[in-house]
Amino acid sequence: MIIKGNIALSDNGFVFNPSTGDSFTMNKTGKEVIMLIKEGQDLSQISQSLLEKYDVDSNTLERYLSDFVNDLSVNNLMEE
Amino acid sequence: MSKLLFERPAITRLTPGVPSKHGAGTVIAPMPLIDGVKVDDLIDKYGSPLYVFSERTIRKGMEDIKRAFSLRYQKVQMAWSYKTNYLDSICRIFHQEGSWAEVVSGFEYDKAIRNGVKGENIIFNGPGKSIEDLEKAARNGSFIHIDHIDELFMLSDVCQKKNIEARVAVRINMDIGIYPKWDRFGLNYENGEAWDAINRIMMNPKLKLMGLHTHIGTYIMTVDSYRIAATKLADLAVNIARKFDHNISYIDMGGGFASRNTLRGAYLSGEDTTPSFDEYAEAITSALINSQIKPDKLPTLILETGRALIDNAGFIAGSVLANKRLSDGRRATIFDVGVNLLFTAFWYDHKIHPVINHSGLVEETTIFGPLCMNIDVIRPSLMFPAIKRGDRFVITRTGAYNNTQWLQFITMRPNVVLIDMNHNVHLIRRAETMENVSENEVIPEYLA
Repeated sequence: MIIKGNIALSDNGFVFNPSTGDSFTMNKTGKEVIMLIKEGQDLSQISQSLLEKYDVDSNTLERYLSDFVNDLSVNNLMEE
Repeated sequence: MSKLLFERPAITRLTPGVPSKHGAGTVIAPMPLIDGVKVDDLIDKYGSPLYVFSERTIRKGMEDIKRAFSLRYQKVQMAWSYKTNYLDSICRIFHQEGSWAEVVSGFEYDKAIRNGVKGENIIFNGPGKSIEDLEKAARNGSFIHIDHIDELFMLSDVCQKKNIEARVAVRINMDIGIYPKWDRFGLNYENGEAWDAINRIMMNPKLKLMGLHTHIGTYIMTVDSYRIAATKLADLAVNIARKFDHNISYIDMGGGFASRNTLRGAYLSGEDTTPSFDEYAEAITSALINSQIKPDKLPTLILETGRALIDNAGFIAGSVLANKRLSDGRRATIFDVGVNLLFTAFWYDHKIHPVINHSGLVEETTIFGPLCMNIDVIRPSLMFPAIKRGDRFVITRTGAYNNTQWLQFITMRPNVVLIDMNHNVHLIRRAETMENVSENEVIPEYLA
């Protein structure tokens, strides 16, 4: 699970893909997840850190984390 | 230390280009309260989904419309349109505010009587009155609005046979410069049918012509149409006075005032385009005052406004059942409110608010209801926050027609509550049960 190397990420959740010209915006949780992916954490590590911080159960978190990672793939932001 | 509120992680593509005239962003405000009461408390106690009505908003609407018209015209009478919402508690609030009842069927007529409305304060419209309905209304002194010539003959016949009199008005349709022309109800002005009916009534000793009525359409955004209609009715009133030396008691302008909902396909929001009560009032009353009717003979102005008075006072609170992604990449969210409970989703782009706060990020989303039917779409496309299963929402301006045209389809209809003037919550219609739904079914013996 690797974010493409050329993807630009800003602190306020703005994402730019220079190879397609697409830009994106994220909410706070989305930004946290993408930063953790960029740091090299896997889904279970990301899950653990979010569970400690947010009022959410592990099932709900797992369901929406996988959804989000799928969104990143669909938008060509992840390495194949 | 308490944990932070979780919003599902979301990413949305930015579309470059010229911003629309609405600006670049979409702001969806959270709605944690309805009329001062927490939505979470309402759903915890009464279940999801839940219809909620605000008595304060109803009374405020009545105050506004009465002020707008009575400032400009001396004799104004409101009549509550039962078909718009005939929950008894809702009707009774309007009756407390001085509204008569405007009904369109025998069922609604009986409901009005049960709600304590005197027969002489009921206006009976509609093309489907039975002989029994006509006799009952005539005996009670109600105002029977003749919809077609056959009804005129039916009523005349009943009155002759039973030796009773009836107070009547003629429902008149006319060209008021808008499309579509509503000519299926009442008798036509331009082709002379209305005048013919008036003559027949005036020459029938059993029928007393009390008024003239029109209902020019629904969700009418052009106040000038009301001006034209009121002018034509006033001309008829003058002709009646001239020919028969008879002054009618009232002119009934029907309903049709738009609410602040946005019609599907409309470019601008209903909040920006809907005329105010003052604008409707100015058009109608100036037409009557400037007509040839003598000032001391000006008739009472009756208004059957329904939608514009109850839409804003109704809400549906509900819960998210699921999120999914469609084949073209769009988000879809499934609500526990479908078109069975929100019939008006076919007409309106209803505003929807999440109950809890959110980050402000919105995604293009399609909102589906829970019915296993392709037509069950609450909003085909809107920009909506990243809400998740179990999150709650409020759909606003749902008070008109949804509690009369709702469908008992694959599930039971939920509770309806009313928030009173002191923010106390009252259950005004219990959720249906399997027994309610099945009690009228009869199983033949061979299937028992």
